[in-house]
Amino acid sequence: MGVLNRILAVTWLNLQNLPQRIPASTVSVIGVAAVVLVFAAVLSMAKGFERTMTAAGAEDTAIIMRSGSTSELNSGLSNEQVQVIETAPGVLREGDTTVMSAELYVVVDVRKKSNDTEANVPFRGIQPGAFDVRNGVRLAEGRMFEPGKNEIIVGRAAQAEFAGLETGGSIRFGQTEWNIVGVFEAGGGVSESELWTDVRVLQNAYRRGNSYQSVRVRLDGPGALEALEAALEDDPRISADVMTEKAYYAGQAAGLAQFIRLIGYPLTILMSVGAVFGALNSMYSSVSVRGKEIATLRALGFGPFPILVSTIVESTLLALVGGLLGGAVAYLVFNGFQVSTLNGASFSQVVFDFAVTPDLLVQGIQAALVIGLVGGFFPALRAARLPVAQALREL
Amino acid sequence: MKFFRLVWKNAWRKKIRTSLTILSVFVAFLLFALLSAIGYAFRGGVDVADADRLIVIEKVSLINPLPSSYQARIAATPGVESVTHASWFGGYYQEPQNQFAQFPVDPEDYMAMYPEFEMPAEQREAWKRNRTGAVVGRELADAYGWKVGDRIPIQATIWSRKDGGRTWEFDLEGIFSAENARGNTALMLFQYDYFDEARAFAQGTVGWYILRVADGADPVQVANAIDAQFANSPAETDTSTEAAFAQSFTKQFGNIALIVTLILGAVFFTLLLVSGNTMSQSVRERIPELAVLKTLGFGDRSVLAIVLSESVLIMLIGGLLGLGVGWVLVQGVAEQFGAFLPGVYLSPASLATGFGLMLGAGALAGIFPAVKAMRLSIVDALARA
Repeated sequence: MGVLNRILAVTWLNLQNLPQRIPASTVSVIGVAAVVLVFAAVLSMAKGFERTMTAAGAEDTAIIMRSGSTSELNSGLSNEQVQVIETAPGVLREGDTTVMSAELYVVVDVRKKSNDTEANVPFRGIQPGAFDVRNGVRLAEGRMFEPGKNEIIVGRAAQAEFAGLETGGSIRFGQTEWNIVGVFEAGGGVSESELWTDVRVLQNAYRRGNSYQSVRVRLDGPGALEALEAALEDDPRISADVMTEKAYYAGQAAGLAQFIRLIGYPLTILMSVGAVFGALNSMYSSVSVRGKEIATLRALGFGPFPILVSTIVESTLLALVGGLLGGAVAYLVFNGFQVSTLNGASFSQVVFDFAVTPDLLVQGIQAALVIGLVGGFFPALRAARLPVAQALREL
Repeated sequence: MKFFRLVWKNAWRKKIRTSLTILSVFVAFLLFALLSAIGYAFRGGVDVADADRLIVIEKVSLINPLPSSYQARIAATPGVESVTHASWFGGYYQEPQNQFAQFPVDPEDYMAMYPEFEMPAEQREAWKRNRTGAVVGRELADAYGWKVGDRIPIQATIWSRKDGGRTWEFDLEGIFSAENARGNTALMLFQYDYFDEARAFAQGTVGWYILRVADGADPVQVANAIDAQFANSPAETDTSTEAAFAQSFTKQFGNIALIVTLILGAVFFTLLLVSGNTMSQSVRERIPELAVLKTLGFGDRSVLAIVLSESVLIMLIGGLLGLGVGWVLVQGVAEQFGAFLPGVYLSPASLATGFGLMLGAGALAGIFPAVKAMRLSIVDALARA
């Protein structure tokens, strides 16, 4: 009988006895499950937020803002500057019209359904080109606003998260009453957190004259971004920053996502350490319960190594069960859970879903296995070193 | 208390097991301390808000400016003792990551409105005299190594200058600190007059007003009176107490508090399970001993108390260690990263909650084994031995 066979035999015997030790094992299983649950829950928030922000960004759309602006909110462009962009190289044209949208971005207070508090909701004035410069944006319900009228269309996520945005209703900001005429979708992207109206109407309502805050253009091919950048650089009438929409949103997402990770990872490590203590405890007690069995095996001629392996396998298996349990609960409870938070970078609300992704679950289960291995190793060492005669006498 | 030695000896009956239990309790309370401190930062200093200060913002959104002509009208409202204003500058130092709050203010009025900001009198005078002077909080000065007399360039993200430039240079004239350690001083203040004159647009507007309610006046009435004055004007106002204002910000972050609570819940659930399991195990092993105690004349209640005390003792050792280490860590974080994550603070209320949780969790974990021990029949127990 080879060593492998002995290991298998002892391990199998051990696992068959496992049900007798359910109370102690449950503790370590639940401890590990809690770690994986917390890990997946916290980091799925960062994942979901990033997914929402990056889903919005297109590679072949450039966003142009006043140089030095960190977000659309603090940018500003005059009508003349927008005209400069309209005729700049690198910008896609269909016939005589440039595929672009000069936009105004303001923030309005709308009540959040979840906690009944006023939240900063982005309110964007757009030009008809807005649907062409963004990927996957479409009207899902109702109709488009009519230019020149106080009508708005609302993002799907905004409608779900904030109060009073039902199609057919109206909402008042300051002195202006706005009719909600439609709902748009943007593939879960950040645009869905916004309210849209005709840019001219918004300029009037907010006394912004003829000014804009950002311009989005469709680029006409590879190298177009550089061409556009160089042209605007050389033009004395404008001082602007040009970047792809994708890069812009990635930058907007970085701060909050990093912050969540900065809290999430240390938290998980600390909790894992706690879970290791829990696992050690239940494995030590498992070894002491199995004292008679182990001593008998040793007396029959089994070496210490199979005993060591069997204990580690038990611990790892329990941790795996815990990890799967925690991962499953995290997925069922948190995946798709919609929240909205204030993104400091744009000073406005972003609505997003928690995303419990496969790679998060894999990472969580890896952590569980490490906890199981560490939590099993020292008790296994004790089991292997158990003085046979003494253990048999104790019974 | 006379049984303390007995409880102590019992607790250490199995050294490894007790140590491991204490360590997991330690980790749980360390997490509790850290999460409470972070949660405190998220509440945005609601606890330090001054109940007599009201904030007046534009009704549609905080980002919309208010005319500076409102100052005199607010000051004339009955029940208003004093009023000042501030604006959002939104610049950064050297790199866009180095963002902190900068407010153009009226030096005299603003410092009078916020007496908690303390600064040597000569620095205050020097700031008032220097149009391009600025003062910063201790946290900022420490974070960037600024000294009085330094010239600090701030890159504007909103406010370009009339000359087209985006760099605003200020002379550091003073460093203020908050008398209360919890006050957030990651803040830079400079002269509004200079700012308003040099900025390219939006002259004659301010971001928000701060006012102090006179003694005996009702803050709610004052707030309503102010908002009524500006109703139906192009810039309507929304007046709230400083605490409500801070709170509304916190709420905008959404369900973060809920998530922190969930995490703490998961941690404590695990903790209870671990220690509850340890306790029932050790009671099970000790049944003959407990029977002997009862034979010696220990009453049911004494046995209950002894087992329960052991559980609470284990929880207290681990918990106090955890809170202690957490407290030290939070102090360190507050000193190192005060400018980046302001307001991290382990409040006495959190410490008290933590202590309460130790007692509660200890009692809950020990109660079932303790009752089992109490109900033990001597004959049965000794028979098992």
